[in-house]
Amino acid sequence: MKFAKVMLVPMLVLCFAAVAEEIATLRNNTAIDEDVNPEYIPKATNDDIKQARNYPMQPPLIPHSVRGYEVNLNVNKCMSCHARSRTNDSQAPMVSVTHYMDRDGNFLAEISARRYFCNQCHVPQLSTEPKVANDFVDMHTIMSDKAAKPKGQ
Amino acid sequence: MKAYFLRVWQTISRPSVHYSLGFLTLGGFIAGIIFWGGFNTALEVSNTEQFCISCHEMRDNPYDELKTTIHFSNRSGVRATCPDCHVPHEWTDKIARKMQASKEVWGKVFGTISTREKFLEKRRELAEHEWARLKANDSLECRNCHDFSYMDFTTQSVRAAKQHSTSLASGEKTCIDCHKGIAHHLPDMEGVSGW
Ligand code: HEC
Ligand code: HEC
Ligand code: HEC
Ligand code: HEC
Ligand code: HEC
Repeated sequence: MKFAKVMLVPMLVLCFAAVAEEIATLRNNTAIDEDVNPEYIPKATNDDIKQARNYPMQPPLIPHSVRGYEVNLNVNKCMSCHARSRTNDSQAPMVSVTHYMDRDGNFLAEISARRYFCNQCHVPQLSTEPKVANDFVDMHTIMSDKAAKPKGQ
Repeated sequence: MKAYFLRVWQTISRPSVHYSLGFLTLGGFIAGIIFWGGFNTALEVSNTEQFCISCHEMRDNPYDELKTTIHFSNRSGVRATCPDCHVPHEWTDKIARKMQASKEVWGKVFGTISTREKFLEKRRELAEHEWARLKANDSLECRNCHDFSYMDFTTQSVRAAKQHSTSLASGEKTCIDCHKGIAHHLPDMEGVSGW
């Protein structure tokens, strides 16, 4: 019991420290009583040019604007263009067949519930520099790097 | 009763004894202007957004939803108000629409759409009226601001230019066929063609 109490204090302190740190980062280390000028809001890319996928299972990025597109209980705006039956009118690529499969691999007539909320997996891009560096290397690069190296290394 | 009407008729059909013809003509003319003007002023007042959103159903539902869309705030600073999209500019069309709108006011007075829930329940029906109207007049209200003849496809996104230069240009489709829900949340679209 006594041990628990002794431990509680440093643990609480640690927690608060962690929280305080996070707040400081979010606020960019600005004092609490100061206001900063908000950063410039980058524009969403809307160039309609499909981006290459980094690996075969990657959900492709959205190359167009999705402002105001409703996806909820009543409507799925995305499917008004990407559904199988709509691709003639919209000239959009059909959602792939995986989107019509349930988890047991059965094909459904309508979009699978697992794929209903498109933005869970597909995201539009902003014309800005990434905040966090990404050192992902795709398979082809690894293979060609390996091929270029002398044997035995 | 019959005698009464006869007397009235005799009075108005007999030439005036007390007033000159000139006075009557001029008086009638002025009265006409006043009534006409008054009527039109009443129309004008009821044609402002202030009027539309003075009743809370319209303020809490369509107006609050409109606020988040491009027709409320955009880089050009041009705003579309309720009557811009919902009231025709032609006088006869305007009157016809007002008579229809009275039914919606009726709905308010008798509490058919007094809450958010009731509004949502009615939304499909109300939206269908609007779609039918815009379809019938070839999206006239949209075209009052967006003139097809002046659209520069080269500055539009590829998706937009493709659709506008084909289905829209050929007259096969009109704005509302492709741009439903441009200003408000959509109702359940089950069964609506294209959804
Ligand atoms: C008005 C029709 C329309 C709507 C609505 C629409 N899209 Fe698209 N989408 C297209 C077209 C057309 C393309 C082909 C590339 C282009 O022209 O932008 C496309 C491309 C894509 C791609 C890229 C596919 C690939 O192979 O790279 C993804 C992902 C996508 N859309 C997702 C979505 C999502 C998610 C939504 C809803 C938030 C949505 N789309 C709504 C028309 C539409
Ligand atoms: C659970 C994640 C997930 C969800 C949710 C999802 N997708 Fe996908 N989508 C993927 C993946 C992964 C791929 C690529 C592999 C594949 O085809 O299954 C893909 C591929 C696509 C493609 C490209 C198809 C092709 O053959 O080029 C389109 C278009 C697309 N999705 C649209 C949508 C739309 C629209 C929705 C919403 C109705 C949606 N997706 C929901 C994961 C998802
Ligand atoms: C009062 C004038 C006015 C009326 C009426 C009007 N619009 Fe607009 N619309 C605008 C303005 C202004 C913009 C924003 C222009 C900009 O800055 O990009 C706009 C933008 C749009 C956009 C672009 C949306 C986007 O995300 O880029 C669409 C689509 C559109 N209007 C469709 C319609 C339709 C459909 C109607 C008829 C139901 C309509 N408009 C009626 C003035 C109007
Ligand atoms: C055949 C379908 C179709 C018709 C008809 C149509 N549009 Fe569009 N419009 C689109 C698509 C697709 C886009 C691009 C995606 C989006 O904004 O959701 C678009 C985009 C727009 C934009 C934004 C332009 C841009 O560069 O993104 C405006 C403004 C617009 N439409 C106005 C209108 C007006 C006004 C009419 C009627 C005179 C009309 N549209 C008729 C399909 C259509
Ligand atoms: C840019 C054009 C535009 C503007 C501005 C606009 N509306 Fe609408 N309104 C529409 C269209 C189009 C519909 C048909 C339903 C849809 O597509 O969302 C509609 C539908 C409605 C409906 C039927 C219910 C529904 O949500 O579909 C009501 C009520 C309504 N509008 C009220 C208003 C009021 C009040 C305002 C002003 C605050 C307003 N509208 C501003 C275009 C507009």
